Amino acid sequence: MNIEWYIVLSALLFGIGAVGILVRRSPMVILLCLELMLNAGNLALVAFSREVGNQQGQVFALVVMVIAACEVVVGLGLIVAIFRRKLPLNVDDLRELRG
Amino acid sequence: MEAVIFFLAAIGAIGGAVGVVALQNPFYSVLALVAHLFSLAALFLLLTAAFVAAAQVVVYAGAVMVLYVFVVAYVGGGGEPVADPIHGQRFLGILVASILFIELSVAVLGSALLALETEGPKVPAGFGDPAAVGRLLLEKFLLPFEASSILLLIAAVGAIVLAQRKRESEPQEGVSGPV
Repeated sequence: MNIEWYIVLSALLFGIGAVGILVRRSPMVILLCLELMLNAGNLALVAFSREVGNQQGQVFALVVMVIAACEVVVGLGLIVAIFRRKLPLNVDDLRELRG
Repeated sequence: MEAVIFFLAAIGAIGGAVGVVALQNPFYSVLALVAHLFSLAALFLLLTAAFVAAAQVVVYAGAVMVLYVFVVAYVGGGGEPVADPIHGQRFLGILVASILFIELSVAVLGSALLALETEGPKVPAGFGDPAAVGRLLLEKFLLPFEASSILLLIAAVGAIVLAQRKRESEPQEGVSGPV
């Protein structure tokens, strides 16, 4: 398979993740869509690393995985804190920081 | 054969991603993301990235998704309003994302990277296996490796602080206590 197939697939997955972030209102699903976008970036990194014939892109992908895990842990901690304070789990209602 | 596996995995990945966005129950969204991650691992194997594929399945689909399932079970799903706060938000979101997809595709495919139209160079047998990637991580990329491990530790501590139960001595929410 040509590398460009992988790149186009990665762009498509990134777009689907962007739709989710723009359309959904539950913070949990927004985190899941962020994961989709990070994984699309990972696919592009691994595809480019195969295209160049160099393994360093795979190390980048592993670091992106670590960042995604950190983001999930902090985001889910925030969701649990929001739930404990009996605030609505809806990003349209959580707008106190808006100017 | 390779093309068959690619298209099967690509259909799985796209289907999982659409499922994450479209399913109303967050629990089903998490399960769709697990299917998406397994398809991506198959794609990584096709790209001769065995270690990344294994890490994807073990770390992502194994550990991170279990955390998601626990939080969804604790918080409970549903309750998302159907009406859009901005009129036509769904349509606008899909439109913006389609423009993003087209722009990304044009930008990459229109670039001067001629090797995109090939399958990539011939690689040696050990390309992307744990030994090769581990050697890179512990020799050339030692500093980023250590930095990301410290970041992971900070995130774990931060999550514990965020999600801990409120102590009795702390002032109540919205009431100014003694400073």
